[in-house]
Amino acid sequence: MPAPIRLRELIRTIRTARTQAEEREMIQKECAAIRSSFREEDNTYRCRNVAKLLYMHMLGYPAHFGQLECLKLIASQKFTDKRIGYLGAMLLLDERQDVHLLMTNCIKNDLNHSTQYVQGLSLCTLGCMGSSEMCRDLAGEVEKLLKTSNSYLRKKAALCAVHVIRKVPELMEMFLPATKNLLSEKNHGEILHTSVVLLTEMCERSPDMLSHFRKLVPQLVRILKNLIMSGYSPEHDVSGISDPFLQVRILRLLRILGKGDDDSSEAMNDILAQVATNTETSKNVGNAILYETVLTIMDIKSESGLRVLAINILGRFLLNNDKNIRYVALTSLLKTVQTDHNAVQRHRSTIVDCLKDLDVSIKRRAMELSFALVNGNNIRGMMKELLYFLDSCDPDFKADCASGIFLAAEKYAPSKRWHIDTVMRVLTTAGSYVRDDSVPNLIQLITNSVEMHAYTVQRLYKALLDDISQQPLVQVASWCIGEYGDLLVSGQCEEEEPIQVDALEDEVLDVLEGLLVSNLSTPVTRAYSLTAIMKLSTRFSSVNRIKKVVSIYGSSIDVELQQRAVEYNALFKKYDHMSPNIAVITIHATNSTEADMTEFVFQAAVPKTFQLQLLSPSSNVVPALNQGSVTQVIRVLNPQKQQLRMRIKLTYTHKGSPVQDLAEVNNFPPQSWQ
Amino acid sequence: MQFMLLFSRQGKLRLQKWYVPLSDKEKKKITRELVQTVLARKPKMCSFLEWRDLKIVYKRYASLYFCCAIEDQDNELITLEIIHRYVELLDKYFGSVCELDIIFNFEKAYFILDEFLLGGEAQETSKKNVLKAIEQADLLQEDAKEAETPRSVLEEIGLT
Repeated sequence: MPAPIRLRELIRTIRTARTQAEEREMIQKECAAIRSSFREEDNTYRCRNVAKLLYMHMLGYPAHFGQLECLKLIASQKFTDKRIGYLGAMLLLDERQDVHLLMTNCIKNDLNHSTQYVQGLSLCTLGCMGSSEMCRDLAGEVEKLLKTSNSYLRKKAALCAVHVIRKVPELMEMFLPATKNLLSEKNHGEILHTSVVLLTEMCERSPDMLSHFRKLVPQLVRILKNLIMSGYSPEHDVSGISDPFLQVRILRLLRILGKGDDDSSEAMNDILAQVATNTETSKNVGNAILYETVLTIMDIKSESGLRVLAINILGRFLLNNDKNIRYVALTSLLKTVQTDHNAVQRHRSTIVDCLKDLDVSIKRRAMELSFALVNGNNIRGMMKELLYFLDSCDPDFKADCASGIFLAAEKYAPSKRWHIDTVMRVLTTAGSYVRDDSVPNLIQLITNSVEMHAYTVQRLYKALLDDISQQPLVQVASWCIGEYGDLLVSGQCEEEEPIQVDALEDEVLDVLEGLLVSNLSTPVTRAYSLTAIMKLSTRFSSVNRIKKVVSIYGSSIDVELQQRAVEYNALFKKYDHMSPNIAVITIHATNSTEADMTEFVFQAAVPKTFQLQLLSPSSNVVPALNQGSVTQVIRVLNPQKQQLRMRIKLTYTHKGSPVQDLAEVNNFPPQSWQ
Repeated sequence: MQFMLLFSRQGKLRLQKWYVPLSDKEKKKITRELVQTVLARKPKMCSFLEWRDLKIVYKRYASLYFCCAIEDQDNELITLEIIHRYVELLDKYFGSVCELDIIFNFEKAYFILDEFLLGGEAQETSKKNVLKAIEQADLLQEDAKEAETPRSVLEEIGLT
């Protein structure tokens, strides 16, 4: 049988394939050849064949039939075989495979091999993907290697121990003795990085270990100091900074050791300030160290000066040209905004500028942070920016942004009108992204803003005239029109600048009926508009038109609509006899005195045979000097067609004092009750 | 670090190193999704993105994307330096490395990575030391190969 083709040869051949089918054919052919070669137990070419298999595996083809071959390679005495064998094991023999455990013995032997590079291979494999059982079996060997004087092996053993601890946390204790002089000067710093990683892992997992290792703080501080002060060390240098990887890991370990501990925090205070002020910031590597320093300062019990220093570093990061730096700044500020609120507020304008950044992740963080910074003092300014952001941001953001705006508005709205205007703005610009639960919440808000009813319904009606595609807007608008339709057509408005809406009953009904038939309306929206139309039957006079519409929907395909329509029809039939006997009375209250009448409430009582319905007033302030009026609609049901008599009571506050006025009204024109 | 992926601009995988146990199917799914996500990023975007519950750090060097998945407590900026260090190691080893080097010598790219990182953490922060170790291991491989070279028949029976 001819020798199996070489790896590079195969790669070259496969790359000439012009189609996926051609490639698959080549692969299948080669796999068949490899399979038969495996069957022949060919030791010479096993390595070559497995390497080829690994290449094909990377292309996405199955390679499980090579698993056992990897085991054979690992067991071989040839270094070449072991190298490929262990690589194959790491790619094909993860802990989910049945044959994974078969590696254990080989790894055990190789951990004690005479050649350090073989020991290195087995440590690496165990440390990358050893299963819990394997770790249990071999932890002892790893622990031994952790104590060797060979630094090449010791650093690998340290990281291998990290993996063992992650897989089998109970084994952590056995590594404790070996950690005794991991940080000692005798090691020439070669194993410092991996030692710090191991110590970090142990401290993160066990409070006991954490207390035990706190005594290392002075040593860590010293090592860090040496790194910063030391001259040029070309081996470990990155852009003029000594071993930034080690600096970052030490800072992270200090963070864990200093958290919640006054003494440790104090011991590291100076070095943190030093690193924060002396680190070169022109390149990413310096900023990486500053970033870790900031995280540490914020987590430990640092003095306030140091904390302010940290936040200012983040503030400078926000102005950095490098978008990665801006990104981590925003992330960190988000973490500290609760605890150091005032310090972060100082950077508010920079944060708000980040809303205009081109990067999606930066925008999102800036948005979250902006919401966290909104308060009673800055609400107006912030809301302007946030509404502008809502207009222009990606659709992915709109829902969250809208919810955030609603929340902020609820908490800090400076006035009811501002609140309603803000809500309206959100509904009109991002109406289709608003969450479903916003609709009932907004209706609640509007209901409670009694004096804003007329204003709100007029604005909503106007919005509907422009656009009926945004469902939440349409739903809220329909509900309001149904509830306050009388205020809509009366044109009254308590605000100084009325909305200039000329709404006739028929026009309003046109709009609502339009919603019922429009393709843009969802079933929920249609239900809202049908109910609104129904409600208007008690507020408008065009009852017949309404009855007609409602009866049409009695046979609607939409079950929900059909049910509603049928029930409404039944209501109509039941109270049909009522209609001609309803007197609608509108009261206008004006005030010619020099002071406003506030908390104005109109109440009425009628004899027992009558029924009275008072709709909501347009406002409860009657402005002084006849500058406006309060309107209110009263509906009186008079089934026995008796003469209408009414007792009325007015209560209001005038010039600071409460006033009450009673009267009887008996001079209603006969047409109103006959 | 949970995993590192190297892939081309056409989405072809050139190297995959997993430091967490996942099934082949899951690995394929993650790779597919992540490659798609990263390739869709515009040049003006930053090197970090949130994906599932992980932080993804990626950087493009010529035609290759280097993509790492790190955990919440890991430092994104230093991860960029880790990626850069790995590229420097490849560059020194291959002499002005390009994608083709990684394609044709993928096993060497893995060996270098495994000499630099172990279990997702850096085991050696000196560039020189990593390269020295690789050099020595390569020599060992050469020696082993030489020892295996079939000797002539005369040599076999000791006549030369």
